[in-house]
Amino acid sequence: MMKSLLAALALTTALSLPTAAMARPVTLSAKLKDYGGNNAYLALYVTDKNNNYAGTLWLAGSRTRYFEHLAGWYNATGGDTSQINGITGASVGSGRTLEVTLDLKDALFDQGYTLHIDAAAENMRDSPNDVVAPLTAAGAGTPVKGRRYISSFHYSM
Amino acid sequence: MIRLLHRWPGLLALLPVLMLALSGAALSVFPAAGRLTAPPAASSLSVADLAGRIAAHYPGVEQIKRAPSGRITAYWFNGDVAEAATIDPSTGEAVASADPNQAQRWLTNFHRSLFLGDGGRIVMAAGALAMLALSVSGLLLVARRAGGWRRWFAPLKGPLAGRLHVEIARIAVAGLMLSSVTALYMTASTFGLLPDQPAALVMPADVSGKPPMSVATIGALKATPAAGLRELSFPAADDPADVFTLRTGTGAGYIDQGTGAMLVWRGLTGWERVSETVYMLHTGQGAPVLGLILGLMALGVPLIGATGTLIWLAGRGSRPHLEGNAPLARASTVIFVGSEGGSTWGFAASLHKALRGAGLEVHAAPLASFDAGTLTHAHRVLILAATYGNGDEPASAKGFLAKLAAVQAPPAAPLAVLGFGDSSFPAFCGYARRVAELAAAKGWTELLDMAMVDRQSPQDLARWGSGLSTRLGLPLNIEHQPVLPAATALTLVSRRDYGADVQAPSAILRFAVPKSPLWRRLTGKGFARFEAGDLMGVIPRGSVVPRFYSLASASGDGFIEIVVRRQPGGLCSGQLTIMEPGDTVSAFLRPNPAFRLGGGKEPVILVGAGSGIGPLAGFIRANARHRAMHLFFGMRHAASDFLYGEEMAEWHAQGRLTSLITAASRGRRPHYVQDALRAEAQEVVRLIRGGARIMVCGGREMAAGVSEALAHMLAPAGLTPAMLRAEGRYAEDVY
Repeated sequence: MMKSLLAALALTTALSLPTAAMARPVTLSAKLKDYGGNNAYLALYVTDKNNNYAGTLWLAGSRTRYFEHLAGWYNATGGDTSQINGITGASVGSGRTLEVTLDLKDALFDQGYTLHIDAAAENMRDSPNDVVAPLTAAGAGTPVKGRRYISSFHYSM
Repeated sequence: MIRLLHRWPGLLALLPVLMLALSGAALSVFPAAGRLTAPPAASSLSVADLAGRIAAHYPGVEQIKRAPSGRITAYWFNGDVAEAATIDPSTGEAVASADPNQAQRWLTNFHRSLFLGDGGRIVMAAGALAMLALSVSGLLLVARRAGGWRRWFAPLKGPLAGRLHVEIARIAVAGLMLSSVTALYMTASTFGLLPDQPAALVMPADVSGKPPMSVATIGALKATPAAGLRELSFPAADDPADVFTLRTGTGAGYIDQGTGAMLVWRGLTGWERVSETVYMLHTGQGAPVLGLILGLMALGVPLIGATGTLIWLAGRGSRPHLEGNAPLARASTVIFVGSEGGSTWGFAASLHKALRGAGLEVHAAPLASFDAGTLTHAHRVLILAATYGNGDEPASAKGFLAKLAAVQAPPAAPLAVLGFGDSSFPAFCGYARRVAELAAAKGWTELLDMAMVDRQSPQDLARWGSGLSTRLGLPLNIEHQPVLPAATALTLVSRRDYGADVQAPSAILRFAVPKSPLWRRLTGKGFARFEAGDLMGVIPRGSVVPRFYSLASASGDGFIEIVVRRQPGGLCSGQLTIMEPGDTVSAFLRPNPAFRLGGGKEPVILVGAGSGIGPLAGFIRANARHRAMHLFFGMRHAASDFLYGEEMAEWHAQGRLTSLITAASRGRRPHYVQDALRAEAQEVVRLIRGGARIMVCGGREMAAGVSEALAHMLAPAGLTPAMLRAEGRYAEDVY
């Protein structure tokens, strides 16, 4: 699954950066385990160094009624769908890989930002923070293990 | 119209509807199975107790869910390993795997979307819509066919496929409508077309941040019964600002982990509650008995579909192709057809052919296409009209009465109305009568008196045809072959001869019952099941027109028996009466519900003459329950044509025949069967006042004489044969 967007709008508007920032394409890749359930909803979002919600990168899953099961993201945003205009895609099947390419600001890296992935599937557990990965330039390409639904996640620049 | 709305969705959507019904029926067992296998919980158990017990065994617990079946599932981390299990609520310990049932998941996804995502959901929703359309149109059709909503469960007549179709559908329709309406609601909800989205739950800013309390001591959870729990999510272990998230059947809220206070709570909206109820009604989750009932009703769908297809196949092509149908503008004779099932079209085609053979330009069209303004060139108009249900207009006559009522002046061309129907229904030819009455009221000139054809009776048709022929001054050769079931070769087993000495040569012919394949039994064709009084259609060699003989036996007797009198020059009776055992004849069965004895204990007066004894003898032979049966039998001479004379004494001795009174038209004291009735007037009237049924079988003159005699006898009691007929206590089988 390859998604390319010129800008992660929600994130750029959520983060007010003092200087005109450089951006670069970053590919986020999350491989799901064979968890034996229906397609999973995934929320990819960023918190700052004080653990405050900074913005959403991607939301896989189309029906807003199920967003409350992405507990960390939902608690942070109150399920506000204006946060995800233009950055949603299909839910991801068991054993499949979500791959999204976004133009992310350089300023997101090595500044204490952390990427979170919440996951949930029908009639199964809600898994907030299935993946927690600090955003650093050095960490690019290094796989991070997920907790319940995600077998491994990495981002590459 | 309604029939079309029933037929086409039925045929087009058969496959998705079948898939929905079968997968739905399979899914219906899971709620009940879940309810039976869920470890029981004490009704006093609170969420705090439950969560405390689970946390004691599994300190890393993150989430607890309760299914509508009562099954509790906990999810926790054991170090880095995600674990989950079904929990016994009385101990808090794992007792079974938490893995979702893969069969149920597979079936659910098949049922909701055929594994095809949103496109599949739309296909299945269209299937549910078709099921709803079929249910509603089916309801209207059953009510119309039965003659009203109050006769919803009235006994059914006709071929087995039709009876089964209605029999199953009129029970299952309630469940199918509930399932399809809820399915459409759920699809609309899934696609976000309904305002039932959960209201946002906003994280409060004022979280205490105090060290976490033990879950078992949290007040908000102590106040919540475990039976109402949907799910409880624990705060992240390392985040003091995080909260408990509680969802119950009434709403959702956040609970402070440091104080145990409910920080924010929102109840379900009215729409959410509706959606939850709809979900329960559709899935049976939380209502397992209802689920099983709906599942059983859904199992009727394959049978309804199969029988519906058989009905369609049987009716298909019954509207014949008309050769040389003249354009309306050129036709001197216009035939309008009001047909429901298509059999009236069959006669219309024969009539069309005969009139063309006589050199006329003929146009035939559905009665619904009637337009008085276009009939200016016609010399005569013939309306052939069936009746549907309680005198309602048949399908191809839609709107005709309203059009006729609206015309200023009737067409100049004179009109003949011929009604088709089944005299066993109270509104026999009711629609044709309404047509004739309205035409008369409008001053439409009559070409012929209105006439009626009972169950496609060839005799009735022939009589009307000869009347038309006389009126037109043209020889008409109407060779009508009614829509016939496939004929079977019947083998003669034995024959007994009577009446040769009195110029009434007659024979009791007994045939072997042929083997019936399953499809014949299902479509009601063939000799799989029959009763005395049903008709056997015989197609004589060298003709296509069948002759009908009343059966003197029932399928339980193990043979097919008829009584035939050889008519001078009669083609069919001639062939039958020279048959020898081993010979075969081509025949089919036509049910004759109008001339059945029916259940009940009331006495029966049987009146017959000559070969009319056949079905009456069949009734007596089958009278194992010793119902009082009084037979009046007219013949020529007891020594010659006393049909079944040998058995009568035996039947009387067995208690099957209560009394026998014969009348012989030749001999020392000639009299007829109606004279015998008159002689026993006192006893006959007493029986009738006591509720007796009268069954008359024989020639038309005899039946008229019997009716007249009875009218005379019953008048002092304030009764008439017409009243008895209306009560269903006076039945005739006349030829």
